[in-house]
Amino acid sequence: MREILKILERDARASTEQIATLTDLSEAEVRRQIREWEECGIIRRYKTVVDWEKYGEEKVFAFIDVNVTPERGVGFDDVAERIYRFPEVHSVHLVSGTQDLRCVVEGRTMKEVADFVAQKLATIDRVTSTSTHFLLKKYKDDGEIFADGEGDHRLMVTP
Amino acid sequence: MTSPDTRATESPGRGPRKPLNTVIASCPPSGIRRFFDIAQQMENVISLGVGEPDYVTPWRIREAGIWALERGYTTYTSNSGLLSLRERICAHLRQRYGADYDPVSECLITVGVSEGLDLALRVVLNPGDEVIVPEPCYVSYMPNVQFAGGVPVSVKTDAQDGFRLHVERVKAAITPRTKALLLGSPANPTGATQTRADLQALVALAEKHDFYLISDEIYDRLTYVGEHTCLGTLPGARERTVVLNGFSKAYAMTGWRVGYLCAPEPLTTLMTRVHQYTMLCASHLAQLAAIEALDSAENEVVEMIADYDRRRRFFVKGLNQIGLDCYEPKGAFYAFPSIRRSGLSSEEFAERLLMEERVAVVPGNAFGPSGEGHVRCSYATALPLLEEALERMGRFLRRCAPAQKRHAVAVED
Repeated sequence: MREILKILERDARASTEQIATLTDLSEAEVRRQIREWEECGIIRRYKTVVDWEKYGEEKVFAFIDVNVTPERGVGFDDVAERIYRFPEVHSVHLVSGTQDLRCVVEGRTMKEVADFVAQKLATIDRVTSTSTHFLLKKYKDDGEIFADGEGDHRLMVTP
Repeated sequence: MTSPDTRATESPGRGPRKPLNTVIASCPPSGIRRFFDIAQQMENVISLGVGEPDYVTPWRIREAGIWALERGYTTYTSNSGLLSLRERICAHLRQRYGADYDPVSECLITVGVSEGLDLALRVVLNPGDEVIVPEPCYVSYMPNVQFAGGVPVSVKTDAQDGFRLHVERVKAAITPRTKALLLGSPANPTGATQTRADLQALVALAEKHDFYLISDEIYDRLTYVGEHTCLGTLPGARERTVVLNGFSKAYAMTGWRVGYLCAPEPLTTLMTRVHQYTMLCASHLAQLAAIEALDSAENEVVEMIADYDRRRRFFVKGLNQIGLDCYEPKGAFYAFPSIRRSGLSSEEFAERLLMEERVAVVPGNAFGPSGEGHVRCSYATALPLLEEALERMGRFLRRCAPAQKRHAVAVED
């Protein structure tokens, strides 16, 4: 059954029929299993990995490290929530080390991202400092390599 | 005439007149080769003719190779190969199959299974000894037997029962000159695997008639249905068996040329002797990369196997749907469908399919006469390409429709 998730993780558009063939399960079985996972949130959603830069759309991303004074009872959760509710925030993680929260923020320009940090992030209560690192080039994201493949070096026909 | 040499006046040509080795000169080139020359010059070809993984060697293994090169591991190793690699191989075989081989005296690192096979045959055979070879088989088996001075005796296997090797047929092929049986399981080109029970019966036969067993297990990890049996672990087999294996298929390391053999000490000693004088040792870099493969590439291997298995199911189902009847191959990464419905010979089929639809497959007769009526298709190819290949093959087959009808009638009769 895990096999189904591996297939969908690589190709969200794989049809029930295809998955059934690839896994040797019946179509009904695959359909039922997927529905069950969708309902209980194991499958959260189906998404497409887009190379926006190749499409011609310039986007600016920044990694923002945030230091927060934790609060008794909630720790960092309430601040994290205040941050992740903004749609321009792509991800928020609580991390070990000198910083507390590590976020990825998207904007159309550097100024837009900088403004967001100055106006929205840094001003949140208990945020003591931020440090912004603009993304210069994306090599690999979420397991996906953003470069041309290595090519097939095999001969046409071999024993 | 510049030379006073009398030979020059006796012969119209200037080249040597003594014949070259007659065994080698009379051995035809591989049927795959001619085909390769045509396919290589065409564009937009989907090749299902490739006998190797479409994966590149996992990065961690390549990285280990680079590291070894940077550190200057560019020397010979001991003839037998790095002991640390042999230790890992024997531990690996023990853990996977319960095999019991001593890394010091019963394991030899070879330049791929190809060299291991040559060594085993050279050491086992005296001139004129017979080697039973189930057919269809890997293209190198028959020539290798001949080059080692032996006489190959083929035993036919058929698609109807998944290319099972029938012990009775082997028995019928045994003569006083029978010296060995050479078996590949899982097999290239059929993808067939032999059951433990059949193998055990084979071992009994080998004991009774006193012949050796040479077991090519290069596709062992690519077994999708049932469990692979390492021949050397069967009761009674160990003392007369040479197990050949390597890193090419499971770890996608074909170009590194590193393999190994395991056999009881008297055999290993002699095989090491030949290896010592002809090959010296396998590539040092490749041996270090192989250590990394055994140590840390298991996750990648499991992923690759799962992926081949998915494609196998997809492709075999697709072949049957378009009318190329195909039994279920249980190992390796080949499907060996029947092309009976096309009404063509395997060579005609492969050649026309390549010319008309630009899909390269290998004609079955390249693997011996009993491969006729089939073509070998490798599914070590990306899924979308397999899909496209099936479409093209289906179209091609429909064009052969008149022939298909004729055959359908013939079959009903």
